[in-house]
This record gives sequence, C-alpha cells and structure tokens, in this order.
Amino acid sequence: MSDQPKISIRELTKVFYKKQNSVTAIEQISLDIKEGEFVCLVGPSGCGKTTLLRILAGLEMQSSGEFIIQKSNENRPEQSMVFQEKGVLPWLTVEENVAFGLNMRRLPKSLVKERTDYYLTKTGLSKFAKMYPKELSGGMKQRVSIARAFANDPEILLMDEPFGALDEQNKYILQEELLNIWSETKKTVLFITHSIDEALYLSDRVLLMSAQPGKILNEIKINVPRPRRLEDIRSNPEMASKFLDIWRHLQVEVQGSRS
Amino acid sequence: MKEKHNPVETEKLEWRKKQRKNRAKTWLTIFSPLFLLLIWELLSQSGLIDARFFPPPTAIISTFIGLLISGELISHISISLFRILSGFLLGVIPAVIIGLFMGLYAPVRHFISPIIMTLMPIPTLALLPIILIIFGIGETSKIVTIAGSVFFPVVINTVAGVISIESIHLDVAKNYGADKKNFFFKIALPGALPVMMEGIQMGQAIALLTIVAAEMMGARSGIGYLIWTSYSAFLLKEMFVGLILISFFGYIFSLILRGLQKKLLPWR
Repeated sequence: MSDQPKISIRELTKVFYKKQNSVTAIEQISLDIKEGEFVCLVGPSGCGKTTLLRILAGLEMQSSGEFIIQKSNENRPEQSMVFQEKGVLPWLTVEENVAFGLNMRRLPKSLVKERTDYYLTKTGLSKFAKMYPKELSGGMKQRVSIARAFANDPEILLMDEPFGALDEQNKYILQEELLNIWSETKKTVLFITHSIDEALYLSDRVLLMSAQPGKILNEIKINVPRPRRLEDIRSNPEMASKFLDIWRHLQVEVQGSRS
Repeated sequence: MKEKHNPVETEKLEWRKKQRKNRAKTWLTIFSPLFLLLIWELLSQSGLIDARFFPPPTAIISTFIGLLISGELISHISISLFRILSGFLLGVIPAVIIGLFMGLYAPVRHFISPIIMTLMPIPTLALLPIILIIFGIGETSKIVTIAGSVFFPVVINTVAGVISIESIHLDVAKNYGADKKNFFFKIALPGALPVMMEGIQMGQAIALLTIVAAEMMGARSGIGYLIWTSYSAFLLKEMFVGLILISFFGYIFSLILRGLQKKLLPWR
C-alpha cells in the first residue's frame, strides 16, 4: 500500500488552442510523488507549472494523459489548494474563510467549529477570527489560506506560489510556520515556487521544469534532516552548490526561451 | 529666543485646532441649505423675486402645516410611499434574481441581454398609456410603472456585479467543492452585492422620478397629483410643499440605502 505513489501523473499534456494558434503549456509530464513527500516545482515563469497544478486541482482539464490521487479515506477530499494572497474570500470573516471547505462539504457544525478553531490557533489567527480580510496584512491573509486548506484535511495539498507576494521577512516566517503545521500532518504537498531558496528550504525533492512547453527535466533530492531551520540550509555548502545548479538551469531555460 | 515647549502640550493645542476646524466644517454643511432658504425668504419678502412664483419659505411652511393638520397631506404621502415601496420591491427582486442567473450562466445572459438592451431605452412613462389599458387606473398601474423603471438599472448592475467577481474566487469555490446552491448564495450573491447596491441606489432615484410623473398623468392622489393639481390651480405654495416633500424623501431614501449598504457590506 505505502509503496504505491500518492500522486501518479502519466503523460499529462495540456494544449491551449485559440484562433488557429495552439500553445503547448505542458508536454508529456510523468511523475510520481510518495505519500507524505513535500515536492517543489521550480521553473521559469510561463513554463506551465501553474497549469499542471490547476489540472490536479480540478480547475482545468488536461488535453491528454491522466493522473491518480490515491484515496485513503472515503470522506476525505482529494485535494485542496492554497491559493495566492487574493484567494481569501473578502466577504467572509477569517473564521468563515477557514471553515469554507468544511461548510461546503456540509460537515456537522461541531466538527467544523472544532477543526476551524484548531487551525486558527495553529496559525495564530484566533484573535482575528471575526475580522474581515481587508483588515489583515498580506502575511495574515496567507495564513488564512493555509489554515483553510489544512482544515479541509484533504489527501494532498497543492500550493500555488502562496508566498510570492510577501516581503522577505514575512516569507521566512510563514515558510517556517508552514513546515511546523505540515510536520504534524505529514500531508503530501506539491508546491509551486520560483524562489530557489524556498524550494531548498521546504522540500524533500525539487523538480526542475523546462521553459514552454513545460517538461520535467531534472530532480534534486534535498536530504537535510527535519525539523529544518533556514540557517541550516543557508550554512550548508552542499545546499549552496544545489542552489547554483538550479540557478544555472533556470538561466539556461530562460535564455533558451528568448532566442 | 526660543521658548521651551512641552511637546505633548504643543500637539494637544494642534489637535484642538484641528477639532475646531472640523466642527466649523460640520456647521457649514448644516448652514448651507438654511442660508439658501434665508436668501430666498429675503428676496421674496423684499419683492426682488416674484412672490407669486416663489412664495417665501415661511409661507410654504405654514401651508405645509395647514395641509398636515387637515390630513390631506398625510393621505397623499402615504399613498405615494406605498406605491414607491411596492413598485421598488416589485422591480428589485426579479431584477436581482434574473441578474444573478444572467451573470452566472452565459447562455441565459446571451439570450436575455438583447431583450433587456432593446427594452431599456423605452421610457416606462411612455408606456404608461398601455400600462393603464392593461392594469386599469388603480394602484397596480402605478406600481407596475415604477417596477418597470427600477428593474433595468438593477438587473444591469447585478449582471455587472457577478461578472466583476475575480476569477480566483470562483476557483476557490470550485476547488473546495461548492455546489450550485452554495455557489449562488456564498459566492455570486455576496460578490455581486457591491455593484448591485449601486444599481439599487440608482433605481431608488428613478423610482421617485417615475412616481411623480406617473401620478401627474394618471392618478387622483399622491404627491405627484398634489404638485400637478396645485400647479394647475396656480396654488404655488401647495406645489412647493409637494416639491420639497419629494426632495426630502429622496434624501431619506438615500440615507436608508447607505445605512443598508454599510450593514450588508461590512467587509468593504
């Protein structure tokens, strides 16, 4: 059972077709992700990493190929997405946002309350429970988005550059908090980023994508033991060389797509 | 030589000065309509403007009190308010429902849009004769006339409101498995509400315009009727009472809708 991959993707291709023009966003992507693995997807912008995530999230249909997410429990949703900052619903309070997925599934009120409160506390949002998102900072909004996904207790978590809009310090703080919550649940995570530092710090494995059409070119294993601290990554010479590897790869891809 | 100042004291004085200025602004706002009335009074009393066409405000007020005591005014006001309110609701409710469906479902939108676009430019008042033929000269015809003119701005703004919902919010709803009902009430309705409320504000203003005109043309009661008959009989004081009542109710309705907007949109 456990040697079966949690997510298996086979020859997934997405073509966008518009006015006689077709653009291949991702091409023949095959990929296995183990249960409890934290995988980061890194690639130049426009490489189709968001398209891949949106297909897994059920927001887009693939043109060909298939993917399977292993179910461990009938009642659990397959996946939940941590959206970018604007994904918090402005007309719901913090609490209602966190409870959103649970309410959509019509779970009993007491259970919704219990899980919502748990993740509000976990993310330090209890004080803000009754506030509306407009009153929160960017970092706080992102905590709402994270709490909403974890509270929904899905089989896997998909994260679409959740910290992209945050300033440097907030980013580090939220990355650390994310790892803390994640280490409790050990959910399988597929995380999109274009920050190499972020990928090295968070993931067990970094997948490198090519420029359009997006393919997975290479993978880099990150064997730094957990719990990790940012300092561990920064001071580790092996990580420094991996950083450079990824950087070189990205440069080649960006330049390649320009010519 | 510079004096030594306590910084807190300095700021306190500065703050007081600001407060005084703000209070002065409030007074200006209150004073401005009174000022206008005063000028009017003086000009009218002194004969600089013709008191037959512009009777002094004090005379209008005493006419107002007279009409109030005789009970005539109350019956005009209550019948007009009844027509406005029922017509308003009869226009707004279907407009919101149809607008939401149009916004959410593209086929519905594409089918209904042209119908609305072709009907909208026709002033409801121009249809009043037909409305009178169909609904008779009773209350229904006035209510339908108001409903008809309120409907369009509200339906158009509701559609615009749904379309203005950011796609990421639709993605969130889809990703977290919102069913049709939840999508309607938890996403489309609240998301469209800010723009929709602007349409309702517009509808309110149009309802007032319409009621006066409709009552002038086909009614035996109401504020519009009061204005029209007073004018025909050259009872200009009575006519001004009617005009001022309309302006007063327009203002009150705006305030009520503003308050409602704050209540319904605490997240804005």
